[in-house]
Amino acid sequence: MFDSLTSRLGDIFAGLKRRGALSEADVDTALRQVRVALLEADVALPVVKDLFAAIREEAVGQQVLRSVTPGQMVVKIVHDHLVRVLGGDPAAAKQPAAAGGAINLAGVPPVAVLMVGLQGSGKTTTCAKLGLKLKRRDKKKVLMASLDVRRPAAQQQLALLGEQADVPTLSVVLGEQPLAIAKRAMLTARQEGADVLILDTAGRLHIDSELMAEAAAIAEAVRPTETLLVADALTGQDAVKLATEFNDKIGITGIVLTRVDGDARGGAALSMRAVSGQPIKLMGTGEKLDALEDFDAGRVAGRILGQGDVVGLVEKAAEIIEGEDAEKMAAKMVKGKFTLNDMAEQLKQLRKMGDVKGFLGMLPGFGKIKSQIADANVDSKNIARQEAIILSMTARERSNPKVLNGSRRRRIASGSGTSVQEVNRLLKSYRQVATMMKKIGRKGGAAPPPGMMPPLSPMR
Amino acid sequence: MSDTDKKKWLGRLRHGLSKSSAKFKDGIGGIFDKRQLDGALVEELEDFLISADLGVATAARLAQSLADTRFNREITPAEVRQALADEIAAILAPVARAFAVDKAHKPHVVLVCGVNGGGKTTTIGKLAKQFRGAGHTVMLAAADTFRAAAIEQLQAWGERADCPVVAGATGADAAGLAYDALLRAQAENTDVLMIDTAGRLHNRADLMAELRKIVQVVKKLDATAPHDRLLVMDATIGQNAHAQVEVFRDMVDITGLVMTKLDGTAKGGVVVALAEKFALPVLAIGVGEGIDDMRAFDAQAFARSLMGLED
Ligand SMILES: Nc1nc2c(ncn2[C@@H]2O[C@H](COP(=O)(O)OP(=O)(O)OP(=O)(O)O)[C@@H](O)[C@H]2O)c(=O)[nH]1
Ligand SMILES: Nc1nc2c(ncn2[C@@H]2O[C@H](COP(=O)(O)OP(=O)(O)OP(=O)(O)O)[C@@H](O)[C@H]2O)c(=O)[nH]1
Ligand SMILES: [Mg+2]
Ligand SMILES: [Mg+2]
Repeated sequence: MFDSLTSRLGDIFAGLKRRGALSEADVDTALRQVRVALLEADVALPVVKDLFAAIREEAVGQQVLRSVTPGQMVVKIVHDHLVRVLGGDPAAAKQPAAAGGAINLAGVPPVAVLMVGLQGSGKTTTCAKLGLKLKRRDKKKVLMASLDVRRPAAQQQLALLGEQADVPTLSVVLGEQPLAIAKRAMLTARQEGADVLILDTAGRLHIDSELMAEAAAIAEAVRPTETLLVADALTGQDAVKLATEFNDKIGITGIVLTRVDGDARGGAALSMRAVSGQPIKLMGTGEKLDALEDFDAGRVAGRILGQGDVVGLVEKAAEIIEGEDAEKMAAKMVKGKFTLNDMAEQLKQLRKMGDVKGFLGMLPGFGKIKSQIADANVDSKNIARQEAIILSMTARERSNPKVLNGSRRRRIASGSGTSVQEVNRLLKSYRQVATMMKKIGRKGGAAPPPGMMPPLSPMR
Repeated sequence: MSDTDKKKWLGRLRHGLSKSSAKFKDGIGGIFDKRQLDGALVEELEDFLISADLGVATAARLAQSLADTRFNREITPAEVRQALADEIAAILAPVARAFAVDKAHKPHVVLVCGVNGGGKTTTIGKLAKQFRGAGHTVMLAAADTFRAAAIEQLQAWGERADCPVVAGATGADAAGLAYDALLRAQAENTDVLMIDTAGRLHNRADLMAELRKIVQVVKKLDATAPHDRLLVMDATIGQNAHAQVEVFRDMVDITGLVMTKLDGTAKGGVVVALAEKFALPVLAIGVGEGIDDMRAFDAQAFARSLMGLED
């Protein structure tokens, strides 16, 4: 699906070598394709429509960067917009977004954290994960209590998870109702000097007015610093209604997105964030208790759009232009001065991009060698090893590889945790690259962006 | 975008959304009154279907097929809904099938699988009650040996449905447990054995292999078992359902789908696309958390509910 989006965008703009500002037609053509991608990613339709109104405004008139197509440019603008809406900073998209990472525990202890959500979304598991995290990372004294008197064995489930996490849970009193349990839990937490009380609730449908009122009453009673809507990353278009209703009827302060370890594109995250205005704070990335991470807007935006490759390309292109590295690089190539330092820099860029194969595959002219790259085992681990080899060399060795005799090579191998054979292979591929760069340089073509380098010879 | 800009923007978005969801609640009647079926209307219909999780391709095709027969004609909202419901019911009719216990097998073994939290264990409880009501003897196997209190949960359902539950320890081998359960069901001449499995995401190859192992081990006792392999999925699911069905089908040759949680606002529209693509029967639907909240899948009723034509 998303491979085809890339190529569809490519087709549309093929032959459109014109540069300059993005026209309305450019933007609309690209957005039509992006729309399908977002809907297939389960972003709710009304959210897509509103997003596009804003994006269109933003995109029309923007300059298209050299070496990218207008379509790719629009995808990049959409991506950055998604990151922002999700609460992140696109400039720092590769790091976890600082905003919304932390759970608010400000208040006189014990403060309450209340989990709510539809049936089966992952509330009970998330309670235990959060309890473990607060205990381990923040050294908080945590108490957990289950207010789920509906689902068979729900209270037992939390008790068992509490044991696994070594976080105490409130003793169960048979027949006690949720509101009463909540009050007793608060009391117990106070008596025992807990910092945080995590309350698990039964799953409920947002149209079940009785149960929604019950949750609202519990929130009223314990005044939680956080009321977290726990929702599944697999959710479809219904995300809009569910987030709206939970927010309106109970008042949520944040969202936890679960099952991010699945391969759903997770458009529901965008829908819920947009309609509730509440930040996504955490994401569940597995069934085990340590599988809870701070929300990463960049990662989720990239996944929703399925366009990490295009975005990376545009970012790299932007970097070149800003730093005018292109000219420098071209000048170096003409002189045949592609050093091991340059190579290390490129390896670093490559590694940062993650999906190297996908990235190289989409660059013009690199499609054919994609399978060779796959054969060559170019993965990020491999790249990291090559990088380590170069980093283990002295400055003199890097600028003048000719001095690398046998004993130096042995030293480098042991310094980088590799073998002499690997060092030899790296030097060989460096020579190939340098020669090739020289040729490209002589032809006088535009410099490739960093990271766009010829295939590396296999390490294994 | 500055922070205040962002807030303003989100406010606008929320406002727009509450309007549009109100529109969706009213169904197509709220979208237009009697008017000519033109390009703009086709687009609105398409949007309506997308909002019910039918997916872009299926939505486009359905809207287009209506346009093909009635283009440029005056059409009322009721006619549009009815026409689309009919079209959808026609797609779904071939996959609407009742779950049948085959008495030829002793027991008829049903493997129940799906992603986490979809409603597997609850579905087993409900089915057990139905089978018991139909006079069958039923046994349940607690082969979810992973999740905390999964065993206790199934045992509670066993009590409610009045049938024995074969259980081991948490962390025990799921396939081994299933094997033991079948052995016991055979010895006791039970009619139906339902095997509850741990929730698993289809992209976890290791967990999918584990599921396959359950099938292989069960086959050692009865080469024809498990006779049914049910995939349980939640009605709130979006387009990821396609990948889910595909992988589970490839791994354990799914014989039928069960869609749960249709008592919420999600209408499970992805089933329409799934029916076209995989033609797997939909054997039952879940409409609540209670033991009697299970229905046969009725193509006509489902299609009408999708189109906001409640009976
Ligand atoms: N793969 C994966 N599974 C998860 C994640 N979070 C929870 N689960 C699983 O999802 C299933 C449901 O989780 P629960 O914590 O019981 O969900 P719940 O919201 O408490 O369910 P109810 O109380 O019935 O409404 C379990 O099988 C969990 O192991 C996650 O981030 N990834
Ligand atoms: N409203 C509603 N809730 C349902 C329905 N079916 C199941 N549930 C609820 O969904 C939640 C999860 O159900 P389970 O049966 O535990 O799901 P599961 O697939 O066995 O979950 P795991 O074993 O953790 O993967 C529970 O709270 C059930 O009560 C349904 O048809 N409607
Ligand atoms: Mg729970
Ligand atoms: Mg279960």
